[in-house]
Amino acid sequence: MSGALQVELDVADRDVRLALRIEPGETVALLGPNGAGKSTLLGVVAGALRDGASRVALGDRSLADGTTWVAPYDRGIGLLAQDALLFPHLSVAANVAFGPQAHGVRRAEARRLAEAWLERVGCTDLRRRKPGQLSGGQAQRVAIARALAADPAVLLLDEPMAALDVDARPALRQLLREVLRDRTAVIATHDVLDALLLADRVVVLEGGRVVEDGPTTEVLARPRSAFAARVAGLNLVAGQWASGVLVGERSVSGSAHDGLVDGDDAVAAFRPSAVSVYAEAPAGSPRNAWPVTVTAIEPSADQIRVLAGRLSALVTPQAAAELRLAPGSEVVFVVKANEVEIYPR
Amino acid sequence: MRTGEPSVPRWAWVPAAAGGLLVLLPLVALLAKVPWSDFGGLVTSESARVALWLSLRTAAASTLLCLLLGTPMALVLARSSFRGLGLLRAGVLVPLVLPPVVGGIALLATFGRRGLMGHALEVAGVQVAFSTIAVVLAQTFVALPFLVTSLEGALRTAGRRYESVAASLGARPTRVLFRVTLPLVLPGLVSGAVLAFARALGEFGATITFAGSLQGVTRTLPLEIYLQREVDPDAAVALSVLLMAVAVVIIVVARRDRSAW
Repeated sequence: MSGALQVELDVADRDVRLALRIEPGETVALLGPNGAGKSTLLGVVAGALRDGASRVALGDRSLADGTTWVAPYDRGIGLLAQDALLFPHLSVAANVAFGPQAHGVRRAEARRLAEAWLERVGCTDLRRRKPGQLSGGQAQRVAIARALAADPAVLLLDEPMAALDVDARPALRQLLREVLRDRTAVIATHDVLDALLLADRVVVLEGGRVVEDGPTTEVLARPRSAFAARVAGLNLVAGQWASGVLVGERSVSGSAHDGLVDGDDAVAAFRPSAVSVYAEAPAGSPRNAWPVTVTAIEPSADQIRVLAGRLSALVTPQAAAELRLAPGSEVVFVVKANEVEIYPR
Repeated sequence: MRTGEPSVPRWAWVPAAAGGLLVLLPLVALLAKVPWSDFGGLVTSESARVALWLSLRTAAASTLLCLLLGTPMALVLARSSFRGLGLLRAGVLVPLVLPPVVGGIALLATFGRRGLMGHALEVAGVQVAFSTIAVVLAQTFVALPFLVTSLEGALRTAGRRYESVAASLGARPTRVLFRVTLPLVLPGLVSGAVLAFARALGEFGATITFAGSLQGVTRTLPLEIYLQREVDPDAAVALSVLLMAVAVVIIVVARRDRSAW
């Protein structure tokens, strides 16, 4: 373990000024709108952007400051971009062996390492293929194996799933979840689920400044910055997995991930837009129907956000009017089980 | 039904056909003039064989020299930025627009016995002008821009993203160059080398000015053709066809290699 990653950015021409410290083994999600400074931050840390006024240090080794400049190849900082960028002229196995060989590992040993990493990402049978013969999801798996085979002290991920089909994302997210555990990593992402499942901590950037910084569940459930509120505002219910249901403050049914076992700590996530609001429990006894007391009502874009304790629902203004919603109203929140995703914590 | 591809204006076919004829008609006329009954004897005469062998050797040597010097030049032009880069790029392209005979005079002014470096070379005991080395230098001088521009274009198209990834995996610049950059631009490198070889093979003006016309030493096939035109026009035509055939074979072989990648 190489110590904490410390970054102090002061890039005048992009108006980015922020400081960040990432502890060893910590995975941080960077959220923020386009142009907030996420790419600048990653670029300066990786050494792709050179800027005299910024400082980067890994443990007690300075990578960049007023007088020092460590070249990208000597930083031990791995990169995983939107596109897999596998070297098209090399086989999958040779791509993964590239990092170890660059570090002076002998060919046979590099091949063995590559095999081990390909097995880890579930791509052993692709080892002889050329990158052009892979699907987007397969290529990104191989790219993960290649990045990790180089044994980076810190891994930077720049929207690693943005270029993938929606169908390919959950499996890849699951893989990243496994490989990023106990690894120092920074993920720039637009997807709240990435932050929720991959990161210990969320940092929200806006206009080149840090506007929010805290534990993932806290920031996502109770966002204070405008951006986090817009993308997040996720309903999160923590509890324990028991016989196919999450039991906590409320019992929640949903699609479970990651082979949950009874007794596991788990969290259920669903979007406010998936919550329907009824005056009385509807017929047909849906599995997720919770009587709640409305605590607040606020406009949200062209919809109305109905808050009830830690839960929130998004409804149309017409629905809000028909239900005569007001703080103190007794209503029922209903969510279809297939709109709820349950993950281990 | 036909697909809705944007079509070429109909009138454009006329000048296009005229241009095609301008290029192809002389080649056909050349073939028509070949004295086929004596062809074998004409192209295998002592002087023709010597000239062809010299041409192939010097063109191969120039192409190698172009690769060794031109590849780093293309890298510098495509991947770095400093003041005067634009001027440098323009300078590198000068041999493309310079009349070859002027290039020959310029080379003589540099490497000739009374040239800029003539004295230094003489002290070192090297006589460049009017030697086979001069042939190679003249051919390299005119062929280098073909390789550099072709490769620089390929490097710009390939971009730097793979190079950044390779660096993030711990690869030093030299390893990145040989394991990533050059393999990625190999098609551009090959087509640049083929162009350079073809240009070197056909080199005439700079060679005759700077290297002269000594049989077996500096008299390449184009010089031999020019010489024979005066004494034996039939031989000149036969050798021209031979030179054309060599050029066509090279292009065809290079194309086939490329389509296999």
